Amino acid sequence: MTNLVVGISRYLIILLIAVYTYYNFRFFARKDEAGKKQACRRQLICLFMLHFLAGLVVYANTESAELAAFYGAQAAFFVCYIYLYRVFYRNSSRILVNNTCMLLATSFMILTRLNPDRAMRQFLIVAVSAVVTWPVPFIIGRVWQLAKYPLVFGFVGLASLALVLAEGKSSYGAQLSLSVVGFSLQPSEFVKITFVFFVAGMFYRSVSLKTVAQTTALAAAHVLVLAASRDLGSALIFFIAYGMMLFVATNDWRLLGLGAAGGTAAACMAPRFFPHVQRRIAAWKDPWTDVADTGYQAAQALFAIGTGGWLGAGLYAGMPEKIPVVDKDFVFAAVSEELGGVYALCLLFICLGCFLQFMMIAMSLQAMFYKLIAFGLGTIYITQVFLTIGGVVKFIPLTGVTLPFVSYGGSSAMSTFLVFGIIQGLYILKRGEEDAHEERQPVEEGKTESEG
Amino acid sequence: MKKGSQLKKAKPNPKANRGILLFSYAVVALFLCLSAYFGYFLEVRSEDAINNPYNARIAGMENRMLRGKLLADDGTILAQTTVLVDGTEMREYPYGDMFAHVVGYASPGKTGLEASANFYLLNSHANLLEKAANELSDRKNAGDNVVTTLNMRLQTIAYEALGNRRGAVVAMEPDTGKILAMVSKPAFDPNETVEKWEELSGGDSSEARLLNRATQGLYPPGSTFKIVTALEYMREHQGVYNAYRFDCGGIFAYENLKIQCYHKTAHGDQNFTEAFANSCNGAFAELGLTMDLGALKNLAEQLLFNREQPLSIPYAKSIYRMGDDAGEWEIFQTVIGQGSTLMTPMHNLMLTAAIANGGILMEPYLIDHVENSGGQMVRRFTPRVYGELMVANEASALTELLTDVVNEGTGSAVRTDAYQAAGKTGSAEFESGKETHAWFVGFAPVEKPRIVVCVIVEEGGSGGSVAAPIARELFDAYLGE
Repeated sequence: MTNLVVGISRYLIILLIAVYTYYNFRFFARKDEAGKKQACRRQLICLFMLHFLAGLVVYANTESAELAAFYGAQAAFFVCYIYLYRVFYRNSSRILVNNTCMLLATSFMILTRLNPDRAMRQFLIVAVSAVVTWPVPFIIGRVWQLAKYPLVFGFVGLASLALVLAEGKSSYGAQLSLSVVGFSLQPSEFVKITFVFFVAGMFYRSVSLKTVAQTTALAAAHVLVLAASRDLGSALIFFIAYGMMLFVATNDWRLLGLGAAGGTAAACMAPRFFPHVQRRIAAWKDPWTDVADTGYQAAQALFAIGTGGWLGAGLYAGMPEKIPVVDKDFVFAAVSEELGGVYALCLLFICLGCFLQFMMIAMSLQAMFYKLIAFGLGTIYITQVFLTIGGVVKFIPLTGVTLPFVSYGGSSAMSTFLVFGIIQGLYILKRGEEDAHEERQPVEEGKTESEG
Repeated sequence: MKKGSQLKKAKPNPKANRGILLFSYAVVALFLCLSAYFGYFLEVRSEDAINNPYNARIAGMENRMLRGKLLADDGTILAQTTVLVDGTEMREYPYGDMFAHVVGYASPGKTGLEASANFYLLNSHANLLEKAANELSDRKNAGDNVVTTLNMRLQTIAYEALGNRRGAVVAMEPDTGKILAMVSKPAFDPNETVEKWEELSGGDSSEARLLNRATQGLYPPGSTFKIVTALEYMREHQGVYNAYRFDCGGIFAYENLKIQCYHKTAHGDQNFTEAFANSCNGAFAELGLTMDLGALKNLAEQLLFNREQPLSIPYAKSIYRMGDDAGEWEIFQTVIGQGSTLMTPMHNLMLTAAIANGGILMEPYLIDHVENSGGQMVRRFTPRVYGELMVANEASALTELLTDVVNEGTGSAVRTDAYQAAGKTGSAEFESGKETHAWFVGFAPVEKPRIVVCVIVEEGGSGGSVAAPIARELFDAYLGE
């Protein structure tokens, strides 16, 4: 009987995530509000059924009452989160709320299977983050002062990164985290956000040569400090985000070309200064000749993905624990091995769906400041997704970044909640504008200024 | 100001939006590439990737899969797993020790095809419904069956022809690399490896029953090495090598060194072709003295000595040591295949196969195709070129020499009107006072070679009278079909 439940659940979970992902894009295709709402409703049905089945499989495998209760807590969290968001933020983007929950559900599923203690810890952090970031959409729409002091964002961010460089603990060859009252904090996760605010604020003021030069200098300082901390994944993310924001703000192809050339040159130089980059490139080119050493991580991930195949081995039926740092950088491989390649691919498209929603919001906003924030945060988000998934499946060399909302990690969860909260704030702002289009909104002021 | 803002409202920041749109398209394109790559890996590349000894998951698959069958090319079962009434599984080998080394055993540890085809045997391509039904009812799925290239008839003939003697017989299609037969003796019964493990793995070391002599047995090549020496001489004397003459008195004396022909036979006046056909040691020793030894070593390595071989089952690397600084005695010994040179029968077979195939060596392979438990094709293996060991002209010149061996020289045992064979005999000394190892390598028919054979009989005596007749039986059987 147990076998029957586990077996059927395995296929149903794949079916449900596929349907969920379908509605994610169906949502974009529908123009009418009713159609969009219907797609979101169906997504929720899929989400809760999928989450329930996964909980069932976990229970069937462990027969742990504690984990059953844990499932209940998760379900309660999702219900509250979705319901309260609707109540408090009538105009919020439902698809983003759904996707947040879907990514988190996947995270809880796979982390529970990998390490229940860590899963519960993660759940706690997620719950706290959700509460703490609750007012963010409210604040975003009302605090216009955010655009006034971009340099504050710039220097605070830079100082945090410099502090990590000076005091930080190193893990896997990179200095990433600070110890703050017993918690390990990863400031670069939050500096991503201050960085976007800094750049958006600067370019909102002006895109004169002087401002661009100033901004570029401070942005370059961010990237260099990250590189000095040997956190090259983050350095790359900041670099790409800056380059794209500069391009969108100035619409100048020459600057984009210059940035691309500079980036390529830096990428060519990197292996000389960083031996671990050299090793990762070698492992990317050919993980098989030295499976025991340099190719170990990459090969283990590919074994996991390949052996799991399209349909996956099923929760608890694979060996994801063989992959190093499986709950962080390699969580995608664990998902693919046990939940299946189809599931993993759907996950990838859900992340892409979030990004597209970010971009649509960016395009609909009129004030350059907000536009650049939505665009910058979206760029950072999707670059991170691309680097982690691309690295795990050996499409590109490994960069050692995590998958937002899915990987284990408190700072990452908190900062992703902040990002999604900010985007929701902007979405709500836009919708509010549409609802009362004759009313003069504080935003319009910003927009007309940006004309100058 | 107000008017301007209204204008903007209709079209907010069109230039900035164009940048955002372009970036979004680029990201979507990149993600499509990423997912296509991911799909390609899962669908096409993953099998090769995960079939790796470092993949711990394969061992885990044994608990969920009923190991598939190994079959001969005609479907005869060579290995299968049966489930006893009490649920225990047993691996059966109906032909006992006949396929022992090539098929191998599945416990303790795995060797031969049981090891190299392990992944396929533990993977199921049964239809999804059947698999799902099995999984739901807690039954094991039947692993795929692996159909080998092994020919039942040739394997039986080789097995019986070798009898109780120690040695190895390998046969292959030179134009595809399909291995048709592989016998090694003394053998063991794979049905009893678990019970008799102590005896098999310890035991008398000279017996070495577990050793696959065809691919792991290192023997002095004896006169079969004259193929290599002859090729080097032909390279150094292009077009004029047959001008060489030698008067053989049975013993070749050089300063105070003496080289004998087999049984001190005096061959008389010999040109190059005759010296090769009669396997005249004196002639080869003399022309060895004139040779560029560095070039000879390069050639040997080009012909896979001291190198990895394209084989999927365990093998030993052949050894060739002689360098530029060798003395006369070492030269005499090495050019006639004695001295420190050692090679495996499989290597000798590959070399001969390249000659038969116009200089191109095809990668030898043992798995023809994989089919699911219902007999549907899952994956077919196609011939693959390993590389060019020599140019076509050299291959055809060597073929002429090898044909003369059969028609005029030591290879008379494979001379017949039914087909024209080509080959080389060898009688390799390995320990003074003991009988020589008998070698034969050859192929037939010369016009369009379909089968290449290598035979070694340990302490068998003369290659021409002991090894060649075994090859003859295989040629007759395969070409007479």
